[in-house]
Amino acid sequence: MGLFSMTKMVFRSVSRKPATLMYPVRPAKSAAAFRGRILIEPLKCIACRKCEKSCPTQAITVDVKVRTWQIDRLRCIICNCCVEDCPTNCLSTENIYTNPMTVREGIEIYTVPPKPERKKETVDNSKTEE
Amino acid sequence: MSKQVVIPFGPQHPVLPEPLHLDLVLEDEKVVDAIPTIGYVHRGLEKLVEKREYPQYVYIAERICGICSFIHGMTYCQGIEGIMNLEIPKRADYLRTIWSEYSRMHSHLLWLGLFADAMGFESLFMNAWRLREHILDDLEATTGGRVIQGSCKVGGVRRDISSEKLDEMASGLDSMQGELHDLVNVFLRDSSVRHRLKGTGILSKDDAYLQGAVGPTIRASGHSYDTRKIGYAAYGDLSFEPVVASAGDSYARCEVRAKEMFTSIDIVKQAVKKIPDGPIDMKVTGAPDGEYFARSEQPRGEVIHYIKGNGTKFLARHRVRTPTLANITPLVTILKGCELADVPIIVLSIDPCIGCAER
Repeated sequence: MGLFSMTKMVFRSVSRKPATLMYPVRPAKSAAAFRGRILIEPLKCIACRKCEKSCPTQAITVDVKVRTWQIDRLRCIICNCCVEDCPTNCLSTENIYTNPMTVREGIEIYTVPPKPERKKETVDNSKTEE
Repeated sequence: MSKQVVIPFGPQHPVLPEPLHLDLVLEDEKVVDAIPTIGYVHRGLEKLVEKREYPQYVYIAERICGICSFIHGMTYCQGIEGIMNLEIPKRADYLRTIWSEYSRMHSHLLWLGLFADAMGFESLFMNAWRLREHILDDLEATTGGRVIQGSCKVGGVRRDISSEKLDEMASGLDSMQGELHDLVNVFLRDSSVRHRLKGTGILSKDDAYLQGAVGPTIRASGHSYDTRKIGYAAYGDLSFEPVVASAGDSYARCEVRAKEMFTSIDIVKQAVKKIPDGPIDMKVTGAPDGEYFARSEQPRGEVIHYIKGNGTKFLARHRVRTPTLANITPLVTILKGCELADVPIIVLSIDPCIGCAER
């Protein structure tokens, strides 16, 4: 009774293609909804720091004065919180992983456009200086 | 009486996926006592509750375990919702149930594979994991994560599943069922597997109850004890019977887990039929003030999250009693009197998850 219990499974496995992919040659499969890494469109960012506050791992640092948006790829757990909280939809998730790295780095810094009101301030300042 | 010898087993052992150390006291080939030691992967996750806001802690609660991650996150959310008296939307409850059952199936398939590997049945191990891949693919497509789903939040869930996808998932499970039957058939019928498992590591009905075994370990000893029956999430609306076996040996524990996968498939199909339309989350304001014991059924057994809030965004205390910790005491009882060669099979038969037990 129990001797040939696996025969059916074996014949099925013989007749079908391998279950694994030859990875570097053929690209890895990933679903559209898969959270691989966070992307930013720096031009849309207003440096409101909402993503920084919502990040549970403190991977995002926004410098309002220098106007930079910084992410530590090794801290990020791709939970999607920043994407959900972003008021300008400048953040998104891509279904591809961050590339592997051989040294402990992964901090990416993006420059964010300056605040629109700032122009007036600088104009005012220049006037007073004159 | 022959001379007693102490043999260390673990924390690094080919059969153990995670570090558990046992000092086995032997008389000839017979184990007369086993002294367990844990503490190799303690990460202090419960302490982090004071450093992260309570909605953010869901992601840490999920990382307590890499296999039953969704259910940990869900139980934590249930605890917070219990303190704050939140009634979450019905659809969110159903989605939580579906994902919980998917987690159970993927955990049981993983365990069946590892169990086959422990017996030295490599091809069966690979076949079990090939089937697990279908479950993981569905989890990935619906939650965005394969093992750490991150789709649960306080007040509901973060992602909806479209009705087409739900139907596709149900029909996918239907077509998988045939292959699953063949796989389970090998575990339950194959003569070499039966020869290896029957009669090894017997846990009597009384011992299982008195020593506080949970999950498949207690159900294999004849107790119909399943936390899903208390009706959390949407389990109250769905009809199912806990799988029970009476022998209490390794074969019975394997049988319970194998048959539970079909119960899970049935629960998912019922949930897909009954799922109501509507919102998936609700706005949560304020902070929890009070304490709560949240219970739920993990693949390995009952998990308890104790949560104490103090009215601020940071909780005062979070304590988890995981099923593996409850099952280590019965494990020591089972090991007494067994043969040394059976120890790997018996240790694996309680499905130890040490990362969970130590947090």
